Amino acid sequence: MRYIEPHAHMVSRVTDDYERLVLAGCRAVCEPAFWAGFDRSSPQGFYDYYLQLTEYEPRRAAKYHLPHFCWLCINPKEAEDVGFAREVMALIPEFLPKDNVLGIGEIGLNKNTRSELRILEEHIDLAAQHDQLILVHTPHLEDKLKGTRLILSALQSDSRIKPERVIIDHVEEHTVREVLDAGFWAGITLYPVSKCTPARAADILEMHGRERLWVNSACDWGPSDPLAVPKLAMELRARGFSEAELDDFLFKNPCRFLSQCDKFNVTE
Amino acid sequence: MPAPDDIVDRGFLEARGKLLEVAAFLDRAERYGRADDYRVAALKQAMRELCDAKQVGRAEAFLRAMSDPTSEPAPQAGKPAAGAWEPKG
Ligand SMILES: [Zn+2]
Repeated sequence: MRYIEPHAHMVSRVTDDYERLVLAGCRAVCEPAFWAGFDRSSPQGFYDYYLQLTEYEPRRAAKYHLPHFCWLCINPKEAEDVGFAREVMALIPEFLPKDNVLGIGEIGLNKNTRSELRILEEHIDLAAQHDQLILVHTPHLEDKLKGTRLILSALQSDSRIKPERVIIDHVEEHTVREVLDAGFWAGITLYPVSKCTPARAADILEMHGRERLWVNSACDWGPSDPLAVPKLAMELRARGFSEAELDDFLFKNPCRFLSQCDKFNVTE
Repeated sequence: MPAPDDIVDRGFLEARGKLLEVAAFLDRAERYGRADDYRVAALKQAMRELCDAKQVGRAEAFLRAMSDPTSEPAPQAGKPAAGAWEPKG
């Protein structure tokens, strides 16, 4: 079996995880910029993080012959201070031409605040100006439904944004339909407790089809499982999905979306 | 697709175990004097609604029942997400 891990925070993982991904059939890993578990105190901290995402991690992954790609932004959790967020965002254009940068992400909302929304709109503008793909993080738990709707309306009110070039991640049963109906891609995240289990992800697939849908582990520094995607494959096999269907969903679907960026050069 | 019987065979014991954990959690919260915690109350309310649900879509209904129903952006970030919406008293 081959698959793409389209959302993993490898800076928080040990090198052994790269080996385990490759052994499980992973053909590329994509790493959105995110919250490191603590608030960074200066734009310089983000500058170093962007260097880590664009230079250091690809080298670490290359030791296992695993292509590593990334997305850049300041995450919504650190966007409450608008002035600080703008200073960080000013660093991003310098990194966009790097070989492994796929676009702007994971932007979005965390607590659905006005400041977060303003910085989200400015990220959308940045992506439009530089013709970048967008990866969106939707809020956690009780904040997800409201946040997803605010995000959809922010994206839809910018006429330069093409929905097929945006993936809205961490959808669950109550948000997946609105995202797909609006023409966007949707991502399902497999987490032990707070997001989807393999069984629920398989349910979503059975009920909504696999068009414009991908799945990821979003593994990071918290409770999460870098092998969540191959574990979903086991559940899908038990549900009667064929190997060709697994390949189409777990490998080709992420390739379809990501190949809209020329730099994503993973081929059949 | 697996046979209809198989889908129950595969999932029943796990679902039974999880529901038992919920029952024990509600007992525990009450024993500790926390029956009125908004999260415990939200869970109990959601369980009532799930029993009443005649149609499929319970997972979606559960998630909606636990969600913030408002639509305006918040003036500032409050406490981190807790899993249930707390109506402002
Ligand atoms: Zn993430």
